[in-house]
Amino acid sequence: MIQTLAFYLFATLVVASGAITILARNPVHSVLWLIVAFFNGAGLMVLVGAEFIAMLLVIVYVGAVAVLFLFVVMMLDIDFAELRSGFVKNFPLGFALALVLLTELILGVGAYRAGAMKLGTPDGTAATGLGTSNIEAIGALLYSRYLFLFEASGIILLVAMIGAIVLTHRERKDSRGQNISQQVRRRPQDATRNMSPGVGQGVEL
Amino acid sequence: MDWIQSLRIGAAEELLSTVGIALLVGSAWGQGRRDARAITWVAVLTLVAAAVITAPALWHGVRGAEALAFNGLLSGDAFAAFAKLLIYVAAAASLLVAPAFFEKYRAMRSEYPVLVLFAVLGMGIMVSATNLLTLYVGLELNSLAAYVLAAFLKPDERSAEAGLKYFVLGALASGILLFGMSLTYGFTGTIGFAGISATLTGHASMGALFGLVFVLSGLAFKISAVPFHMWTPDVYEGAPTPVTTFFASAPKVAALALTMRVALEAFGTQAAAWQQIISFVALASIVVGALGAIGQRKLKRLLAYSSINNVGFILVGLASATQQGAAAMLVYLTIYVPMTIGGFVAILMLKDDQGNQLEDMADIAGLSRTRPMLALGLGSIMFSMAGIPFFFGFWGKFVVFQSAVNAGMVWLATLAAMASVIGAYYYLKVLKVMYFDDPANRVTGRSDMVHEWLLASCAVFVSPLGYLVTKGLTALTMTAAGVLFPLA
Repeated sequence: MIQTLAFYLFATLVVASGAITILARNPVHSVLWLIVAFFNGAGLMVLVGAEFIAMLLVIVYVGAVAVLFLFVVMMLDIDFAELRSGFVKNFPLGFALALVLLTELILGVGAYRAGAMKLGTPDGTAATGLGTSNIEAIGALLYSRYLFLFEASGIILLVAMIGAIVLTHRERKDSRGQNISQQVRRRPQDATRNMSPGVGQGVEL
Repeated sequence: MDWIQSLRIGAAEELLSTVGIALLVGSAWGQGRRDARAITWVAVLTLVAAAVITAPALWHGVRGAEALAFNGLLSGDAFAAFAKLLIYVAAAASLLVAPAFFEKYRAMRSEYPVLVLFAVLGMGIMVSATNLLTLYVGLELNSLAAYVLAAFLKPDERSAEAGLKYFVLGALASGILLFGMSLTYGFTGTIGFAGISATLTGHASMGALFGLVFVLSGLAFKISAVPFHMWTPDVYEGAPTPVTTFFASAPKVAALALTMRVALEAFGTQAAAWQQIISFVALASIVVGALGAIGQRKLKRLLAYSSINNVGFILVGLASATQQGAAAMLVYLTIYVPMTIGGFVAILMLKDDQGNQLEDMADIAGLSRTRPMLALGLGSIMFSMAGIPFFFGFWGKFVVFQSAVNAGMVWLATLAAMASVIGAYYYLKVLKVMYFDDPANRVTGRSDMVHEWLLASCAVFVSPLGYLVTKGLTALTMTAAGVLFPLA
């Protein structure tokens, strides 16, 4: 019972917040709604017993999106004074949202305790060993059956990295590179001097 | 599944990725332009080696279970081998033309060959895909490298614009494709092509059809078929010409081969559902490609529309949904690759006396009197693209139309043939400008030896001499296409 209730709550909120993400005029609000959508998506994952993926959604997506959000705020021309002026007015809405998220958390954990939802009929190919945790099950498949795709994804990330460097790196004439041999050659006696200046005489450099 | 066996089947992919990573490490030390040239040559040799490794699979007509590797995630069958050979040739050509072009702008860096190698690796994975996951991973590997290559010429603003445009629209297309794939997975319960076609027998559900439409839309973007073609002229014009040469040849082959696999292997049991879509897309591409090219002043934009037009003709073969149609597509692709490479190499050879690239139609006026050999090469390619009889391009169009007629789609073949007359107009216009207009005398710069050789060999292949290979080509394409029809 509690699972069905939780499912409909999460599912409705995913769809609703997804819709508001694209409808919101303020890009910052869009990002916040996107976070709500990810949160609810994570809730759905918990319901089907994929708690590892749920954690990934929260940590990677919500975490990464929070960073993205920072970039959006930095890059867009947003008048913060105007945003802050609405703080009191928007406070009830924000508080209500926070309350919803909190309720969902409690409900999600409760539903998870009550056991996973049964979706469709398993065909046996996806069945994992009894008693293995999510992470073990994913790892067992990822490094054996889907090893090829795992390695290929690694190369995709490598290409993305090369791309980022190729497109942004440029030789700077004014940058002062490190000269290691010069650093190593330098001796203490070249660099430091012991002085014992008298009182009131100052130091000669 | 035996790992040794898997490693043997995927040998070309392993070679490409290993050499790609090794060259990347090597390029960290070599920053000069001589090093970049050397790395380019090593990359070309790697492609040749990969082709040598791949060829036996095509020769022996490997198919079915003996071709499967890595727990059935990858298939090294004859069809994949055929597409891969075309891809390797096209990629090698676009590597060879690059140094002379980029050095003029002091932008030749050793990352170029490395990125091309990784893109080729992605394309190899694409054409060998046996399930939706492999398809997507290969496609993304290829696309990511392509986005960077489009923006490779940093001093040029148009290049950056092309890269950004390609990236944003490509990401959108990937999203559409993923959405279609998840619908397909949801309604069939499997990601394997064989499993999908086994599940989708009889009347397919609405959801599965939606999945099919979205998957085809995503793929149509990658092959720049109408109505997902809008990015093509801008990206082709803005990207550096060697990169455009690459875009117009290798990824086209890969994406078309992938579309064939998805349509014929995964959705083969639902042919009636996608035949109308493909027929419409084919006709629309032919007409829009032909009409769009007429008003173009820039040669690169003209060739971009011409590639949209050619994709339309190739899809006519897919619309017939027969083994003969698939073989005809492969024949057309085999002719299309040298044709388009030759066209872009000819554009690369148009330089003024300072070595700046010329890209306007007006620049080639009277080229036949100032540079007769260049005009002859470009003219031969234009004749072939227009499908004038006795040039090799005609053969490609002929076999494609023949397959449509044999599949009972006479109307499609007729309409496509009529639309090809529109296309002939602008190809012949290029010839008219070169041979009958007053010389503009702008193309005065010397061209690179490699370019001359490439243009010459492409021009010879698409000339009537190309008919010498038709017999062997027909046999090979029938073997390769047979893989997609397990029951035949």
